[in-house]
Order: sequence, then structure tokens, then C-alpha cells
Amino acid sequence: MALLSKKDTNLILDPLADNNPITIQVLGICSALAITAELQASLVMALSVIFVLGVGNVVISLMRNIIPSKIRIIVQLVVIATLVIIVDQVLKAFAYELSKTLSVFVGLIITNCIIMGRFEAFALGNNVWRSFLDGIGNALGYGVILIIVGFFRELLGSGTLFGIKVLGDPVTKTGLYATGYENNGFMIIPPAALIVVGIIIWVQRSKNRTLIEEN
Amino acid sequence: MRDKRLTFKKRLHILKHHYRGKKMAPAFNAFHTFLFSPNDTTHSGGHVRAADDLKRTMNTVIMALIPILVFSFFNTGYQHYAAIDAANGIPRTLDLFGNFFTWENFWLGFVQVLPLVIVSYGVGLLIEFIFAVIKGHEVEEGYLVTGMLVPLIVPVDTPLWMLAVAVVFGVVIGKEVFGGTGMNILNPALTIRAFLFFAYPTWMSGDKVWVHGAVDRAGTADAISGETILGYLAQNNASEYAYSTSDMFFGFIPGSVGETSAFLCLLGGLFLIFSKIASWRIMVSAVIGSLVMGLIFNGVVDAGIIGETSKFYGLMSFDFWKHLIVGGLAFGIVYMATDPVTGSQTNRGKWIYGFLIGFISVMIRVFNPAYPEGVFLAILLMNVFAPTIDHYVIRGNIKRRMKRMKNASVFAGPGEGKEEELKVETA
Repeated sequence: MALLSKKDTNLILDPLADNNPITIQVLGICSALAITAELQASLVMALSVIFVLGVGNVVISLMRNIIPSKIRIIVQLVVIATLVIIVDQVLKAFAYELSKTLSVFVGLIITNCIIMGRFEAFALGNNVWRSFLDGIGNALGYGVILIIVGFFRELLGSGTLFGIKVLGDPVTKTGLYATGYENNGFMIIPPAALIVVGIIIWVQRSKNRTLIEEN
Repeated sequence: MRDKRLTFKKRLHILKHHYRGKKMAPAFNAFHTFLFSPNDTTHSGGHVRAADDLKRTMNTVIMALIPILVFSFFNTGYQHYAAIDAANGIPRTLDLFGNFFTWENFWLGFVQVLPLVIVSYGVGLLIEFIFAVIKGHEVEEGYLVTGMLVPLIVPVDTPLWMLAVAVVFGVVIGKEVFGGTGMNILNPALTIRAFLFFAYPTWMSGDKVWVHGAVDRAGTADAISGETILGYLAQNNASEYAYSTSDMFFGFIPGSVGETSAFLCLLGGLFLIFSKIASWRIMVSAVIGSLVMGLIFNGVVDAGIIGETSKFYGLMSFDFWKHLIVGGLAFGIVYMATDPVTGSQTNRGKWIYGFLIGFISVMIRVFNPAYPEGVFLAILLMNVFAPTIDHYVIRGNIKRRMKRMKNASVFAGPGEGKEEELKVETA
């Protein structure tokens, strides 16, 4: 690739797999549990975090030489808060129903440890282009897990994907429901997300045994 | 040519040797040791040679469950026909050998309950075998008891595919992810029950599922009731059920397949205590715990704090000792709470653990209006707390001994270094 050197490509690809913020670093779990009952909400949350982290990393990286290190946390918070408010207002203006589903969790992106973590660990010490790639990569890694969890929870819990009844209608008993199949209510409640994330972690570690910590 | 004189055991033995070191070896070994004594026992030296390995322990529990299973066949049939009679307005009195222990009842229950047992064992053991082959270790015996418990704690009309899904979930998430038999935090049978309850609540609670046929007939002219005693009480309709106290004790009442008979649970419990499989401390303290909670509720009603209009009146005014003979409390105390893996290990811990199980069970029963049964939730909760209880019991023990040693060290000089060692251990 001409645009991206090998090192830069890794900035994007590593968080997708072997350095995933959710499954390896176990950050950002709170929102992964709370909003993944539907695929659409997961997708919007993923896009929001991609925006906040991508832009935020660029801003912090631009300012990295002028931020006094004593107040850097406050500066970071101001940057995140600004971006989150933008996301929140855009959602309220153009997708009001969805913003009600996501409720406080858009605002709580501020407290998403992945964002603060990347600011601290990467953007403060790297140039703008690399910080941007790192932000996009980590947010994608977060989003991928959210979408996988959302896919299984919505499919098994409600029998729908993006609100489309892919398994038939549970009320009129068509499609799969005609055979006696029923939606799994357990998948709708947040503990199910914990178990799905756990299973993803399990699968990932049995595929790549170097990820398993030494005791 | 196969030698006809070879015994079954010998043939299994040959088969096992044939597969030694291959991928399927654990599977053959499992059959061999399930049916016959373990293959690597010690033959000499200063060892204790005991025949009661894990499989024998499990078999003892299964033996204690067989009477309950057989009783459940009869009761399933009896409740079904009794509900039909009740719906048609035909009065019916229980006659033990006239209309309870009949071939008709047995056959209906047999046809309904046996598939649950087969699915439970089939799916559960399949998962165990798959994991044993993947991990390359021996098949673990843990599922033998779980597989028998599961069909006994679900409503009789539970769809078989739901049971299969729940068993997969319970065995994989409840047990295998923690490292298999002996490493699990939660009781697998109750994990399965909890999964079913939260995943398919319409099949696990309400007034239809407890008697065979009530779901299918709902809304038709042949509709029958499938309500349990606790269900009536939760709706403050204590006068509507016609079960006597002896019906409750001997188990001629609707409920989950095998939980109804407190009498058989009592016999099973005594058997397990005398064979030293289950802990009498847990059983006794759980009974005490539930009685205490029941007494508190009775006291609240007697003091007039809760009036007859309260939604809790029905369950709170229910005689405290009757909590033990309805619902799954007796079954849970005898067969679930005493699970040696998930329960407390220390003797004092067992008292606390058991007491809280009884106490919380009755509390959930009364205070959860959606679900007038809380035994499985109480036991799962205490499963989670059991290691913490043990931890503090052991800490307390160490503290007491350190104190004793401190006093003793006044007389015996060179014991002082030990104190620091113990402090390090407790930290």
C-alpha cells in the first residue's frame, strides 16, 4: 500500500484482532453491555465512537506540545465532551428515536475508558497522521465487537436484524416460529452481553494461544 | 473370530487398549470405569483403598433420586387427570391405590418425563464427551447427577429443544469454561434451570405449565388449570386450592416434575446423610433458615402490620412450616444445596451457607410477585458467596489460633517467628 506503510497498517489492524480494546484490554465493557440488545444501536454507538476517537486523537495530537502535562486530563475531557455533545445533538436532530434508545449512553462515551486510554497512551506522543489511524483502528476494534454482540443478541433475543423480522413473525407464527421456535428472552437482558463477550474472548484465545496470560 | 467366552468387561478392556493414546480413548475409558471399578487402583503399599471414587458417589445420589423419578411418573399422570376432572366439575378424592398408583397415570407420566431425561443425558453427555476429546483428558463424571436433576426441576411440558439449548448453555458456560467438574462456581443443574427461566419465562412460570396438557388446552373448551399452591397464594386465593397438608407432604400436588414430594426428599436426604454423601449441616441449617424466615413473616401478619388486602398476605400468612412441603424447597435443600463442589467446604461455613439458602428462598417466594418460587435463585446466590464465606471462616480460625499461640508463647520461648509467618499467610 502506498498510502499506508506497514507500521501504519498495523495501527489499524492490531486493535481489530490481537490488541482489541474490548476482548484483550477489557475496556469499554459498560457500553458493550448496555446498548447491544439491538444491532442498530450497536452500529450507531460504534460510528459515534469512531468519530469521537478519530477526531479526538487528531485534536489531542495537534495540541500535544502545548498542553501542560499537569492539566492534560482536563484538556482531554474538554475535547471528548465537545465531540460527544456534537454526536448527541446530531443524533437528536436526525435520529431522535435512536437517540432515545441510546439514552444516556451517548453522553457516557465521555467515560469510555478506551478514548481516554488512547489519548494518554498514543495521541500525546505521536504525530497527527499516526494518531488518527490509531484512533480509527481502536474505535473499529471496539465497534466490531459491539456489532458481533449486537448481531447475536438481536437475532436470538428478538428474531430480528436491524428491526427486520428475519426469522418470521412470532405473533402470527410464520417462518421458524411455525416449528415451535421461540425467542430467547435471556439474550435481551444485559448479562447476556457479558456472556457473549466472554465467548468471543474464549474463541479468540483458543485460536491465538499467545494471548493467554501466564499465571 | 470373536471369542464368545469373553466377558463384556474383558471386551471393553480390549477395546480400551485398542484405542489407547488415540483421540477417542477417553470415551471408551469413561464407559469402562462407569460400569466397572476404576482401572488404576493401587495394589500395594500404605494406601487407603476405597471403592467410592467420584462415580460411586454420583451413583449414590442417583439412587436417591430414582424413587422421586418413579413417583413423578405417577404424579404427572395423576395431576393431569385430576385437573381434567376438576375442569368438568367431577369431585375427586385421592385414593392411593385406586386412582394414584395406576397403570394409566404411570404410562402418561412415563411418556412425558422420560424424553426429558433422555434429552438431558443425551445432550449433556455429548458435550462432556466432546470436551473430553478436545481437551484430551478423561471424561468427567460431573454430568451423571446433573443429568438426572435437570428433568426433575423443570415443568413437565417443557419443549425438548428448549431443554437441549439450556443443557448446552449450562454445561458449557456453567461448568466447562471454569475447567470442568469440580471447578465450577455455580451448580450446573440450577444454571440450566435459571437459563430456562430467563430465556423462556412463558414456559417456566405462570398458571399453565405445571400440569401436563394445560398449555395445549389453554383457550379451548377443554381448558384445565395448572396452578401451583404457591401460585394461588401469591394471588391471595388461598381458599381456591383443595390440597390437604398431607397431600403437600407426600407430593400429590402440581409442580415441577420431581419436586412435589417432600416425603421422598426427606427419605432421599436421610439416605444421603447416612451414606455420608451429602452434608447434614447444610440440610439442617437450610431447614432452620426457612423456618425462621417463615416465622418472621407469620409474626408480621399476626402483629397486624400486613392486612388481608396486601398482595403479600397470602404467602405471608401461610404457616411457616408449610413452606418446606410446597414448591421446590425440600428438593433444593436435599439435592441442590448440598452439592459438594459449589457449596461451602468448612463446617461453620456450611451452617451459614445453608441457613441463608433457606432464609433467602422463603424471602424471594414472598416478595417476588412475578414468580412465587425462589429456591433456585437463593441457591445460585449462595453458590457465588460460598467461597467468601469459607474465606472468612478460615481467616477467623487462623486469628483464633494465633491468639492462642500468643498466649502460649509466654511459656514457650521459640514460637515467636511463627506469628509473623501466619500474618503473612492471612494477608
